[in-house]
Amino acid sequence: MARLLEHQGKTLLAAAGLAVPAGQVVKTAAAAAEVARQLARPVVVKAQAQTTGRASQGLIRFADTPQAAEAAAAAILGLDVGKFPVTEVLVEERLAVAGEHYAGIILDDRRRCPLLLVSSRGGTGIEEIARSEPQAVAELPLDPVEGLAEHQARELWRRVGVHGHEQRLLAEAVVRLWRVARQVEARAAEVNPLVLTADSRVVALDCRITVDDAAVFRHPELGIEVARELGHPPTPLERIAWEVERDDFRGTFYFLQMREGFQRGEGVVAFHGAGGGGSMMAMDALQRQGFAVANFCDTSGNPPASKVYRAARILLSQPGVDAYFGSGSGVASQEQFHSARGLVKAFLEEPLAVPCVVRLGGNGEEKAIEILTSFTRTLGVPVECYGKDTPVERCAQRLRELLTAFQPPPPRPPVRQRRPAARPYTFTTLTGEVTYDHEICARCESKVCVRACVPQILSLDPSGVPVLAITREEAARGRCSECLACEVDCAALGAGGGYVALPIPGLDAYRRGRGME
Amino acid sequence: MAIMVDQSTRVLVQGITGREGRARARLMREYGTNVVAGCTPGRGGEVVDGTPVYDTVAEAVEAHGPFDASVIYVPAPLVKDAALESIAAGVGLTVLVGDRVPVWDVMEIARAAQRRGVQFLGPNTLGVLSVGRGVLGMIGGRAASAREWFRPGPVGVVSRSGGMTASTGYYLCRAGIGLTTLVHVGGDSIVGMPLPEVVQRFQEDPETSLIAMFGEIGGSQEERVADMLASGQVTKPVVAYIGGRAATSGVRFSHAGAIVEGGRGTHEGKVAALRRAGATVVDTFDELPAAVGAVLGGVHG
Ligand code: SF4
Ligand code: SF4
Repeated sequence: MARLLEHQGKTLLAAAGLAVPAGQVVKTAAAAAEVARQLARPVVVKAQAQTTGRASQGLIRFADTPQAAEAAAAAILGLDVGKFPVTEVLVEERLAVAGEHYAGIILDDRRRCPLLLVSSRGGTGIEEIARSEPQAVAELPLDPVEGLAEHQARELWRRVGVHGHEQRLLAEAVVRLWRVARQVEARAAEVNPLVLTADSRVVALDCRITVDDAAVFRHPELGIEVARELGHPPTPLERIAWEVERDDFRGTFYFLQMREGFQRGEGVVAFHGAGGGGSMMAMDALQRQGFAVANFCDTSGNPPASKVYRAARILLSQPGVDAYFGSGSGVASQEQFHSARGLVKAFLEEPLAVPCVVRLGGNGEEKAIEILTSFTRTLGVPVECYGKDTPVERCAQRLRELLTAFQPPPPRPPVRQRRPAARPYTFTTLTGEVTYDHEICARCESKVCVRACVPQILSLDPSGVPVLAITREEAARGRCSECLACEVDCAALGAGGGYVALPIPGLDAYRRGRGME
Repeated sequence: MAIMVDQSTRVLVQGITGREGRARARLMREYGTNVVAGCTPGRGGEVVDGTPVYDTVAEAVEAHGPFDASVIYVPAPLVKDAALESIAAGVGLTVLVGDRVPVWDVMEIARAAQRRGVQFLGPNTLGVLSVGRGVLGMIGGRAASAREWFRPGPVGVVSRSGGMTASTGYYLCRAGIGLTTLVHVGGDSIVGMPLPEVVQRFQEDPETSLIAMFGEIGGSQEERVADMLASGQVTKPVVAYIGGRAATSGVRFSHAGAIVEGGRGTHEGKVAALRRAGATVVDTFDELPAAVGAVLGGVHG
């Protein structure tokens, strides 16, 4: 998650020399009592969770004794934020506050630079303050390279009516905040309130830092598990999806769960988009047809078929969905048959047991539609595929019609376990392994794999079975583009001797835990 | 005329020796774009499909004279250096195709471009295509598709979504409405040429008589276009669709940079601002061609 928790942000601020209250983050009520005992003064117990307005949700509590701290922590640790339980609390000393301020570094999309915002009022939301007391707020666009000089910071505080020693202390504090924002490549780094204590120190009582998802790779020190702004702690399935995405830079796979715990019959759809704009439009269309979406998913930027396959498997691992809907922009510049093959492999393995409508418009759409519809005929559920001349609204409507008329087929076992090959020929790919059972291939008449292989890296050996026409190392380094033709086209048009194993770490265990095979 | 690219635009491709760079350089050339040279550090002296490759942009400029545009196909972590190099060499328009470019890198690129007085498009952009004249980036994917999908005419297309740039153009042409130029401004929150800048270019282009815009929730680009209409800075009609009605508050969708927070950048807010300023905003994307046709009829009649 690219949004840091309060205690993570405070650790960064403290390291940069901006004071924070003494305290510690703990996972149990007993440990909270122990921290309070060590601090030996009144404390505040704060839930570590991605939410705003914690005080009004009972997620921040005050305690004068270790016993009270224990009770407060116990109460908070039993609460949920969104649907996610609170697992950590920060126990901190309570300070005598003489004045509250606000300071934040945010990014200005209009001026294309960081912006320092300060206010002589703090505590409440900065937007509210800006509305009710505009004279208490000042901003300064910053040069992203040269940064913030202390004199600029002093002048900014002067403009909101802060003077004397306090002005100097606050200026120093925001220069330190700037350094943290720059160092971690924050999209936002806000301290609210930034307080002046009764003994004249400037202390950050709270902080919210959001790190740029695209820069997370440069900051292993932050220990960010899932470089996505999800708005909640990552779910187990989101973690599995991020593992698929993390080291595979071919195209983008984004997955976000929007609902969990729903049942069949509630009209919840597994949604598979391609491209941000087309995806949003498709979700709008689903909403107009009265559907709810289980998830947001985007595979775009020319991903290989293997990535689309893994995305589809993850989507279908959400129990309770009534249908599968896919749509991108409708007129994609990328070749669409890659996505078609990824979907076919996933649907056949599952096997898909709900109606499905996919819109694969753009380059190569005729071939994509042919692959997706004709190769899934054996499933016994409707799978319809449309191109650029069918509007997304019509596709969503079609899904509604299919669902209304739908008779669930008798349950079928998944087809992920293959019989071991009698005469295997195997090579590894970037993220998986290809196997041809040469015993089957020997009696295959079509040999479609060689023709259909997109990068054309296969040939027939003298005995007439498919082998690599390049070295194994070249195949493993990415020349095999994992286009899946040698499995998907082979299953439909050949003798079924080709198979591409594409592991998804953690998915099988996840499914077993939810009663899915 | 058209905007940003035509047959006379002299183009450099940075990262031309990579798989994407090579494939997209071919698309650009096949569509009639004047691809003059390529640049890949350490690969100077090679020739890619007839195009000479140089180690540095400065060297390419020494050999061929100044470039009007450079299209960059390098992995995201390397984009900043490539863009700063193109900007330092004074290339008029640098196109950053790459996705996942860190935003602090983009701000540094913006600072350099501003100081040098040049422009950049993107990052995370499919590029720009002037119908029948040239393409920078990968709109259309194949030259044959680009020729089939997009026909010449009076409408300028600008979009925050890559896929929707081509879609908007295609559906308009299918309805018999031709285009001048299609521009994808890029999906990120901070981009070199946001919607208002491109709309301004269309306003100044004598061949463009109407602007079709695909907007999205998040940020302030659409609101700024509304301001330009309201103030009379833009007098050409704008027909828009704003995606993201179903998006929930606080959730960032994909790399679209679409975030709804604190009432700014909401779907309703953008639609209302544009309508107040006199733009036509359609409720579903499918209505766009008919709405553009109706407004155009009014303009010409
Ligand atoms: S099509 Fe399948 S069965 Fe036939 S040769 Fe190729 S891999 Fe073997
Ligand atoms: S061997 Fe060829 S057909 Fe098979 S997955 Fe790799 S690229 Fe595709």
